[in-house]
Amino acid sequence: MPKTILGKILWLAIAIGGASAIGGIAIHRGESINAIWFVAAAICTYLVAYRFYSAWICAKVLVLDETRATPAERFNNGRDFMPTNRWVTFGHHFAAIAGPGPLIGPTLAMQFGYLPGTLWILAGAVLGGCVQDMIIMFCSTRRDGRSLGQMARDELGPVGGWAAMIGTMLIMLILIAVLGLVIVNAMKHSPWATATVLGTIPVAMLIGIYMRGIRPGRVLEGSLIGIALLLVCVVGGGWVDHNESLRGMFDWSGESVAWFVMIYGFAAATLPVWLLLAPRDYLSTFLKLGVVFLLAISILVLSPEMKMPALTQFIDGTGPIFKGTLFPFVFITIACGAISGFHSLVSSGTTPKLLPNERDIRMIGYGSMALESFVGIMAVIAACVLDPGVFFAINSPAGVVGKEAAAAVATISSWGFPVTVEQMQMLAKEMGEKTLFARTGGAPSLAVGMATIFSNTFGNTLLSMWYHFAIMFEVLFILTTLDAGTRVGRFMLQDILKHLWKPIGNVSSYPMTVLSSLIFVAAWGYFLWQGVKDPLGGVNILWPLFGISNQLLAGIALSVATGILIKMGKAPYAWVTGLPLTWLAIVCTTAAVEKVFSPNPAIGFLSGAAGMAEKLAAGTLPPDRAAVAPQLIIGQQIDAALALFFAIVLWVVIIDMVRMSLRMRSGKKVLPLSESRYVRTQLDPNLVTSSH
Amino acid sequence: MIRTGLKQSLRQLWHYLRHVTGDDAYERYIAHQEIAHAGETPLSRQQFFKKRQDEKWSKVSRCC
Repeated sequence: MPKTILGKILWLAIAIGGASAIGGIAIHRGESINAIWFVAAAICTYLVAYRFYSAWICAKVLVLDETRATPAERFNNGRDFMPTNRWVTFGHHFAAIAGPGPLIGPTLAMQFGYLPGTLWILAGAVLGGCVQDMIIMFCSTRRDGRSLGQMARDELGPVGGWAAMIGTMLIMLILIAVLGLVIVNAMKHSPWATATVLGTIPVAMLIGIYMRGIRPGRVLEGSLIGIALLLVCVVGGGWVDHNESLRGMFDWSGESVAWFVMIYGFAAATLPVWLLLAPRDYLSTFLKLGVVFLLAISILVLSPEMKMPALTQFIDGTGPIFKGTLFPFVFITIACGAISGFHSLVSSGTTPKLLPNERDIRMIGYGSMALESFVGIMAVIAACVLDPGVFFAINSPAGVVGKEAAAAVATISSWGFPVTVEQMQMLAKEMGEKTLFARTGGAPSLAVGMATIFSNTFGNTLLSMWYHFAIMFEVLFILTTLDAGTRVGRFMLQDILKHLWKPIGNVSSYPMTVLSSLIFVAAWGYFLWQGVKDPLGGVNILWPLFGISNQLLAGIALSVATGILIKMGKAPYAWVTGLPLTWLAIVCTTAAVEKVFSPNPAIGFLSGAAGMAEKLAAGTLPPDRAAVAPQLIIGQQIDAALALFFAIVLWVVIIDMVRMSLRMRSGKKVLPLSESRYVRTQLDPNLVTSSH
Repeated sequence: MIRTGLKQSLRQLWHYLRHVTGDDAYERYIAHQEIAHAGETPLSRQQFFKKRQDEKWSKVSRCC
């Protein structure tokens, strides 16, 4: 008995601690605020939500059954289906879901100040993202590990199935384009970064050959050698940067980097996976987990002061990084870290094939997402330790603040965020860069923030090394998302196109592989190119589009989950997924409508295109802008069509789900629940949990 | 006493590390084959590794 009382007191203390930390963050109005408050608020929120909300969902709504055999046990083939230790599965699942998104989105959203983003990351994760990941994992585990698309087809019908299939492919397209743009902005005119990243490609291939031919399957030693070589690449990049004759060879324009990204994506998708894609993934996964861990330790040790105000004037929609008011755009800008539809693709189809026992769905599904949300909070901290003036100078496109350094600092200082040309020059010199003005996309500012935190923690003054290490880390794991995405996107495209032309669906035909890869790379390459040419940096257009598409996928996943809950006879609890679904539907629809129809040309795609066409006709555009204007006009029209299409697909799926639920309520026939039959587990539960 | 304890924890850490990275995947596969499909010829180390990688990268294994 005393134990339970002690437990209750402890949980009460955690809850009060979390509430006070959040309250403190919300009402604080000083010069700066310590990052420890954010860490405390986040950890207490996750703990309370995990202990109570996720436990309640598992017990009352999903009714997890630990005697039921999982697909991993029933179809165990020793390869992709295999009951795997829960902590190992947790590691795999986390490594799969946590990409660059939770680092970039929160960085961009800091233009509103730290408060809105932080609150959304916390609330969105524990009530939305974690719930989605966990329930989709549950649904797939009960259905032989089927994918989201298959579940949509089986449970809602062909309409839901098609929507999920096309929605997934389009989000992949936009995702790759915007991530490609982030790489372009991090590498262009930076010989150090370019040389380092180019060096990582032969390193990855070398490791691929090592793990395939020399020491087959020795993942650990191969990766350790690879990581050591990557560090050599960072140092080597610095050497290239200091060498006058080599320097120019790696000083690439945005266009050149964009071509490099496209060629790389095509190569990685068509070469055998063991040569480039898989070894790079090993390296970037090691690096990713290592850096996330290092960043968490550094923030705890250093407990830096955050200088960004709680709210900035840009909540009115006039922000320099992207235009649009706080609602809905903070919820669109931060998808990953709060709720990311993409996770439902890993939670279904991939992780259930490793899951040793149903009860582990709670820790792996809900817990991993809480951890990813924490990565988002760390990105908030890394952005806010910078002087706000510096933050805006790095992230504001030249088209907004002016091309000349003097003009840019004058504009930014006039907003109330003082910054000087000398300060920016000094910073650029410290980081080993020519300039840090208008380095949009979030990656450079994140790298400056991380370099500041790391160098202060480890008492090391080698800022430029830390900066380029951070850039390499970001680019490397963006490239991993990019090449894995291009490969999977190609399969999806083949799957869709085979309904129009049968031969293209043949995945073992090399010509068809090349053809469909070309089509897919050309499709995302188009959006990337448009972003590179855009004088406003392109991120302001592509990132919201990506946010909308990611939330659309979350909407589809939550619709499938809600439909399944209702069919399971859990209609009274359908709000568990219905509530985040409703919120996403509101956010997504508002954002899509604003992005398409807003009369403000900086927000609305259509008015943006019309405004540019008018200026072009009147001849008032400067010659460099007039040259790219026709491309940008068509581009914005395509963006408009796409945003509208996303909103329509979301509503089609929601209406399909509601239609099915209503039919069921009035006793009409609906598709039967496609849950596989109960098989009792033969695994010793202790064996799976401990050392096995 | 302490030394053997330390040794054991280090060994456990090593086991975990090999498991989580997939370094011991082939050994696990062989162990599985021996129990579930005794008598069949298992894949060679190289074949197994290639097949496993191809399977992994044909579905969504990495997010944004």
